[in-house]
Amino acid sequence: MVRDVALVCLADAVVGVSFGAVAVAGGLPVWLPVLMSLVVFAGSAQFSAVGILVAGGGPVAAAATGLLLNTRTAAFSLAVADALGRSWPARLVGAHLVTDETAAFVLARTDPEQRRTAFWVAGVGLFAAWNVSVLGGALAGAALGDTDRFGLDAAFPAVLLALVLPALRESRGVRRAAAAGGAVAVAATPFLPSGAPVLLALAGLSLLSSRRWSR
Amino acid sequence: MNAQLVAVLALAVGTYAFRLAGPVLQGRVELPDRIRELLGAGATVLLVALLATGALTAGHEFAGWARPAGVVVGGVLAWRRAPFAVVVVAAAAVTGLLRLAGLP
Repeated sequence: MVRDVALVCLADAVVGVSFGAVAVAGGLPVWLPVLMSLVVFAGSAQFSAVGILVAGGGPVAAAATGLLLNTRTAAFSLAVADALGRSWPARLVGAHLVTDETAAFVLARTDPEQRRTAFWVAGVGLFAAWNVSVLGGALAGAALGDTDRFGLDAAFPAVLLALVLPALRESRGVRRAAAAGGAVAVAATPFLPSGAPVLLALAGLSLLSSRRWSR
Repeated sequence: MNAQLVAVLALAVGTYAFRLAGPVLQGRVELPDRIRELLGAGATVLLVALLATGALTAGHEFAGWARPAGVVVGGVLAWRRAPFAVVVVAAAAVTGLLRLAGLP
């Protein structure tokens, strides 16, 4: 298990370096991605919020989009709550470490003891890897200048695509809703303020009805 | 206070509140399956919209071909279950090389 965690830490570190570098290259101060990684600790929400700030979408749209994306952590935290431990300090600290990745490690196990070990090893490892790599990326981004030269602007959409593929594979209904939502967002981008098109994409959810929900 | 700092803190506080749902409600509340599925689907739709606009647009305009080409290569690798790090590096490398070759 430690080996699996280490591999995911390595992958997240690559993403973390891109995140720090892209944020700083987009004109944000170095402290912003670094602080955000410590207190938010959620890759896709951080990328989205920073993407909106860099595009000039404003802090309200940035925070709202990030929060909407993170609503899923509530569902994850319910699913892995038993793995945090019983004491309140463990629950309060552990809550901050609930991410897509830690949830995936816990949900792959059924034994209570193994679930707790998996949660804490993955949670602490990923927290360390993420924050160190974002700091490194932010400092490098300041030194590199134009990160578009290295294609780092393609890293964020590629990360999201990799994250979202399993959910798309699983359900045809979700695929249809996501395709419609994505098309709406791209079509609206020239006309609406930054951040708004992505929220408009939620209209795609209307294609989901409980009866037509096909897997 | 700096508006960007407020955005970061608001996002942090809200996210932590979501994460507390599990430990606080543990054993007391069970989310209905339908709500859970809708939350999951909503997150997926948001992520796809973000990646589509992020791949194709810069500001209010088309981003040029280099970026979407890199994202497509990353997507194909992810589809074939390549490791996360490979997907990210390949996408950036393709986009960077296309720019080096003169494609915007």
